[in-house]
Amino acid sequence: MTAIARRAAAPPPASTGIVASLLRSRRLVQRNLLVYKRGWMVIFSGFFEPLFYLLGIGYGLGTLVGGVELADGRTVSYAAFVAPALLATASMNGAIAESIFNVFFKLNFSRTYDAILATPLGIREIAIGEMLWSLFRGTLYVFAFVLVMIGMGLVISPMLFFVIPVSILIGAAFSAAGLATTAYLRTVQDFDLPMGVVVMPMFLFSGTFFPISVYPQVIQLFMELTPLFHAVGLLRGLAVGIFGLHELWDLAYMVVFASIALWIALNRLEQRLIK
Amino acid sequence: MPPGEEILVHARDLTKRFSGFTAVDRVNFDVRTGEAFGFLGPNGAGKTSTMKMIACSSPVTDGDLSVIGMDPRTQAAQIKARLGVVPQTDNLDAELTVLENLLMYARYFDIPMSVARPRAADLLAFMQLSERAKDQVEPLSGGMKRRLTIARALINEPELLILDEPTTGLDPQARHLLWERLYRLKQRGATLIITTHYMDEAEQLCDRLVVMDKAKIVAEGSPRELIERYSTREVLELRVPEAVRAGLMERLDGLAERIEELPDRYLLYAADGEQALEQVHAREIPTESALVRRATLEDVFLRLTGRSLVE
Repeated sequence: MTAIARRAAAPPPASTGIVASLLRSRRLVQRNLLVYKRGWMVIFSGFFEPLFYLLGIGYGLGTLVGGVELADGRTVSYAAFVAPALLATASMNGAIAESIFNVFFKLNFSRTYDAILATPLGIREIAIGEMLWSLFRGTLYVFAFVLVMIGMGLVISPMLFFVIPVSILIGAAFSAAGLATTAYLRTVQDFDLPMGVVVMPMFLFSGTFFPISVYPQVIQLFMELTPLFHAVGLLRGLAVGIFGLHELWDLAYMVVFASIALWIALNRLEQRLIK
Repeated sequence: MPPGEEILVHARDLTKRFSGFTAVDRVNFDVRTGEAFGFLGPNGAGKTSTMKMIACSSPVTDGDLSVIGMDPRTQAAQIKARLGVVPQTDNLDAELTVLENLLMYARYFDIPMSVARPRAADLLAFMQLSERAKDQVEPLSGGMKRRLTIARALINEPELLILDEPTTGLDPQARHLLWERLYRLKQRGATLIITTHYMDEAEQLCDRLVVMDKAKIVAEGSPRELIERYSTREVLELRVPEAVRAGLMERLDGLAERIEELPDRYLLYAADGEQALEQVHAREIPTESALVRRATLEDVFLRLTGRSLVE
């Protein structure tokens, strides 16, 4: 065995720049890949949820609803109206599944991060690494779902290709928000608040299944503050071929939201892990 | 390389404060290359906090600390690249197998797979875990998990290995195997920092140690030196019938350098325990049992940190 105290030449100093840090973050992705190598069915299952919603609500309920009129006056099928929203939700749910549930487990029960922090990796690398992983996972869902949308004729615009990068941005934003939330959660019961009071209502009411114009003005304004509203608006615009000021504002909102969430996540995780 | 040539860890007025209390209060120590350096102390004495500061996992509140010539405040990643850390509670990756735990850990250190694979195999053999390489971590016994944690800490060939209570909670067989492995590491010239509240562990493994109590270092030296300084060579342990206890301290007076009265027995600290016992008999003090033993670090420890329970 190679003796530990042999005074070998010192290893090259770990560089501290942003690029080096990003490179080191990929170790977390590698770790998760190794774990999921044995449990890939779990990943697979995440694809079916939006698909079932699309079939059940988009097509099933859609037969009762008929067409939906868009901002530019065109009418599209209800399924085409709902599909991009389900894509946005799928990005959100995929990101949250990783950054809330799995990260919570590693943070509180398995102490995986404590072990990793004894290596040259720091909080920043761990947070970014977990985000990269949840993006990787989310991107798989996005690809699969976009293929389904194409197959069902629900993409009616050449802007389709922007759907993929934008979905990844949405995933990043919710992943960061999930991390920030997780860093505050103490017990399993604490999940109920963000999941039941924030995620679920957002899923139902932020323009996913029907335009928010059905609400009174005050509630509309309130819903416009939620990130999923903007994610849905943006993807729906791209899927039906509308990209105007409104969508630009949605995009800006997502970028700012992602940055703030990441900043909170990094700071809060540091407080949790470094004592 | 003989010990003492180079100072690997240097602490001056090192302090750790949490909101409201001071865990480590202006301690000074130097750990030299190739030595096994122990931190002894009751629970809450500040050992783990000191350890965490050295391991760069807890920021220094005040004072100077240098680890392998670097400053943990600004060069944590560089220091951590050259340390091995065995924490108090195992934090193995339960979602990975035994071998994967080592290989993945090597990846965190940017060690190429071509290097990591043979090294992991060597370490598993050294820690007697080769047969369990493909097993999940969870079903392993406490001793195996501990050995795997130590193997993991050695994956980057660290210049300094930090062990926080390495054998707490292990059965005697597992402890002895671990001690033997740590002793072998030491013989190969490894620098070890060990915290423990097992005195036999400290006597077995440590060249030099400090005793911490209430956030401060209260004594420093080799196990032998500490025993000489704070205890006598031998201890006579006396058990007497309940009826004799009243006024016994006066009757024992002068028989030893120091006499300690405990609820169940009397401890007479004397250079020659047998001689003290003869005198006890000469004074016609009835005894239920008498035991002469060599003084241990435990006697030093209890003298320095007191017998009251620390909760």
